[in-house]
Amino acid sequence: MSASLATVSYIGATILFILSLGGLSHPESSRRGNVYGIIGMAIAVLATLFGPQVTAGGYGWIVGAMVVGASIGLYAARVVKMTQMPELVALMHSLVGLAAVLVGYANYIDPAAAGQFTGAEKSIHEIEIYIGILIGAVTFSGSLIAFGKLSGKISGKPMLLPGRHFINLIGLLVVIWFGGSFINSHTVSEGMTPLIVMTVISLLFGIHMVMAIGGADMPVVVSMLNSYSGWAAAATGFMLSNDLLIVTGALVGSSGAILSYIMCRAMNRHFISVIAGGFGTDGGTPAPAGGAQPAGEVVAISAPETAELLRDSKNVIIVPGYGMAVAQAQHTVYEITKLLREKGVNVRFGIHPVAGRMPGHMNVLLAEAKVPYDIVLEMDELNDDFPTTDVAMVIGANDIVNPGAQDDPNSPIAGMPVLEVWKAKTSIVMKRSMASGYAGVDNPLFYKDNNRMLFGDAKKMLDEVLVALKS
Amino acid sequence: MPVVIGVPAEVAVGEKRVATVPEVVEKLVKLGFSVAVQSGAGDAANFDDDAYRASGAEVVNGAAALWAKSDMVFKVRAPTAQEVGLMHAGTILVSFIWPAQNPELMQQLAARKVTVLAMDSLPRMLSRAQKMDALTSMAGITGYRAVIEAAHHFGRFLTGQITAAGKVPPAKVFIAGAGVAGLAAIGTAVSLGAIVRANDTRPEVGDQVVSMGGEFVTVDYEEEGSGGGGYAKVMSEGFQKAQREMYAKQAKEVDIIITTALIPGKPAPRLITAEMVQSMKAGSVIVDLAAEQGGNCELTEPGTVVVKHGVIIIGYTDLPSRLAKQSSTLYATNLFRLTEELCKTKDGVVNVNMEDEAIRGLTVIKDGTVTWPPPAPKLPPAPPAAAKPAAAKPAEKSKGHGHGGGGAPASATSTAIMFAVAAALFWFIGANAPAAFLAHFTVFVLACFVGYMVVWNVTPALHTPLMSVTNAISSIIAIGALVQVAPPLVGGTADRPATWILGLAVVAIALTTINMFGGFAVTRRMLEMFRK
Repeated sequence: MSASLATVSYIGATILFILSLGGLSHPESSRRGNVYGIIGMAIAVLATLFGPQVTAGGYGWIVGAMVVGASIGLYAARVVKMTQMPELVALMHSLVGLAAVLVGYANYIDPAAAGQFTGAEKSIHEIEIYIGILIGAVTFSGSLIAFGKLSGKISGKPMLLPGRHFINLIGLLVVIWFGGSFINSHTVSEGMTPLIVMTVISLLFGIHMVMAIGGADMPVVVSMLNSYSGWAAAATGFMLSNDLLIVTGALVGSSGAILSYIMCRAMNRHFISVIAGGFGTDGGTPAPAGGAQPAGEVVAISAPETAELLRDSKNVIIVPGYGMAVAQAQHTVYEITKLLREKGVNVRFGIHPVAGRMPGHMNVLLAEAKVPYDIVLEMDELNDDFPTTDVAMVIGANDIVNPGAQDDPNSPIAGMPVLEVWKAKTSIVMKRSMASGYAGVDNPLFYKDNNRMLFGDAKKMLDEVLVALKS
Repeated sequence: MPVVIGVPAEVAVGEKRVATVPEVVEKLVKLGFSVAVQSGAGDAANFDDDAYRASGAEVVNGAAALWAKSDMVFKVRAPTAQEVGLMHAGTILVSFIWPAQNPELMQQLAARKVTVLAMDSLPRMLSRAQKMDALTSMAGITGYRAVIEAAHHFGRFLTGQITAAGKVPPAKVFIAGAGVAGLAAIGTAVSLGAIVRANDTRPEVGDQVVSMGGEFVTVDYEEEGSGGGGYAKVMSEGFQKAQREMYAKQAKEVDIIITTALIPGKPAPRLITAEMVQSMKAGSVIVDLAAEQGGNCELTEPGTVVVKHGVIIIGYTDLPSRLAKQSSTLYATNLFRLTEELCKTKDGVVNVNMEDEAIRGLTVIKDGTVTWPPPAPKLPPAPPAAAKPAAAKPAEKSKGHGHGGGGAPASATSTAIMFAVAAALFWFIGANAPAAFLAHFTVFVLACFVGYMVVWNVTPALHTPLMSVTNAISSIIAIGALVQVAPPLVGGTADRPATWILGLAVVAIALTTINMFGGFAVTRRMLEMFRK
């Protein structure tokens, strides 16, 4: 295959990737979108294999590596539970980051790759290597920590070192300084020291950055790392002068950036303050005592009473949160939904953009439980309908239904858009205890007159509700 | 000395309600108040003096004695001139007032140096205020009673039956105006078994009508009918004509018409003309809930029942009072909720906090100064609540997926700054970078834009699949490793650490392939699950 033919194949692959992302605009077309992605990837890989840059001597190695990788990947995709999707995605991001680091190093020590450049071009090439490895290393270590936090192996609480902004700043300066000595080095062995120092700092920076971010901000982190993995690919593309990598990396990078932006807006937070970590960095203190302590009584309700309420209502909105994912309750939720719909009750689901631990997490869980997607609605689509809703059932969610975000300007989550469940005739909150959510804010909803609390494990309580409904 | 809440007997003729009930007296006492009730105040609503005494109230003989000892007075109807005369300076009066309709009363009250909270002036759009909304609770009762009155005067069953004595067709009920009263009427009529149709100039209430079990009848004419604040507005001539035709058609078909159409501060719209009444079947019933404001039906006589053209037209203006026990209980609860707001400290001390939006709206006279009408309520800070007024609706809708469009457009200055920064950056790159780099840079920038455009169209429900598919695509980095495994070498490569490079590249290939296959496979698995 000639070089031109390979380039044309790359263009085809690029178009297919764009179509693939475009297909995700609707569930109907999304499956085709995924197929486009697969075809595009196949074309890209085959064109490279049979292109001028790979000689026959390498096929054995390549096929071996790909078989190993493919079997691990397919196995992981088969066994992963839908509730573990955020962890899997985070772990996969780390692989891309690590691959970018490895490719960068390999490229640097390869005299055949560097030999063709001189002067300014050589400097630019080295900057590209440097930046590519930097982004790759941050993505790798950051994703690993995100994986640890999401799977519960590391505490979800933000770890805030004293003077952490200062530490980051020093790290950045050191990286820039070593960057200078890296570019000025004449031989590979001379440049290796700054490169390794930079890699270590980047790894530490990635760890530090994600450790400082609280569990509730995880959707932002996951989408941000998604974006980084794209930029890492783009930087590698610059390094290898390969347009396909640049385009694909840019697509992925901008996609992740937009997702991060959407997530931040859903929480009314600034991107910078999320990255800077934890609550309380932008002046406010997370003291729940700040402002008015919610007044009133918390009224508990039993599962049979809940069933009674649901049976007698016409309009029900279910608001799921991370608690539903933890308790694996989505299937029971669907059983209840099905039963109620058969009785003519209009059941819908209200999804807050940051419900769960990654963008769209709840939609995937509900889809897994076979809930039809046309009754799963976004916050903006049904927030106006709560006043005409008989029962709003909140399953394992807290901050996203906190009326304090609207009423109490002193609340740490003030201004965050929330689902207005308290406007329904009755709201039922399923919760293990009265503990506050990730944001550490007390929830005035629990004290409202029309609110009832159903304490207990979401799965267990929903099972009881289901039994009561069937009887 | 605790604040004394006084509850006088209502003096208006035929008014059976009372402003508090024994159940609520107990709660008021718990808040730290003492309660004094005029002897016989609750008789007409089936609450006798003993019941009040048992719940902790003091029963006082005679209105004069009661008004004299009360610091705060709860009433249902606006006070008469005589009652105003009994008030002493500093008294807080809570009652229906209708300040717009009763300017003289307002002057008299202001002259007595009292504070007046008008239950009818509550800012109803505040969700917090709903628990105090006496207009709504009274309207609900009105709607219920309207159906009961209609059923009483209607010579047939409302529900359809097939009996040994023959088949009974269900009654058809038409309800004009689906406000609180209208919706309550729909619910009541449906539960009695009637076929219910309803119409409203605000198309958005159609769902509510359906949710109550009614059928929403639309007027065949396009016009937005919401006048803000949840009320209807006066419609255009063309619309009114189309509406009249629809009413004329309904009048011929239905057995009972209940009209609830009111526009704030305007006479009630004439919906049912004399000809329409004539066209109705003999024995049909019209209940005109707007009788007090002139009536929706041309032939209504406020306060009584008349028979015209064989149709019974009910123009009662005191329907809540006809269900005195229920309406007293609900009204008393509304007042109790208000008292809670006035006395947040729960120690029997009243604080008319003019900073509080709900209280500010209610207070029409403060210590002798007329404070009505209140300033326009400031909107709550959060956008979802602020978007409630109908005007904001279309803008919200146009955002497509809710998130799309990037929210409010950036201000001109920040846009200008962004362009300036971008221009400077491009100039720097253009001035310094070699041509080969620029070619790649062009591709990069354009790809960023394509990505930006494409990803905004992704529906939020598919964000997780989007991440896993982009993750799979980012394993395109494998290409970088592939070209390093065994490149075609041209001379001068003696010192190439081939083993190292091969090792690094092979590991990188394995890693990215995990991603590639895993990512696409898991995306496929997820997308399979999304079904209608």
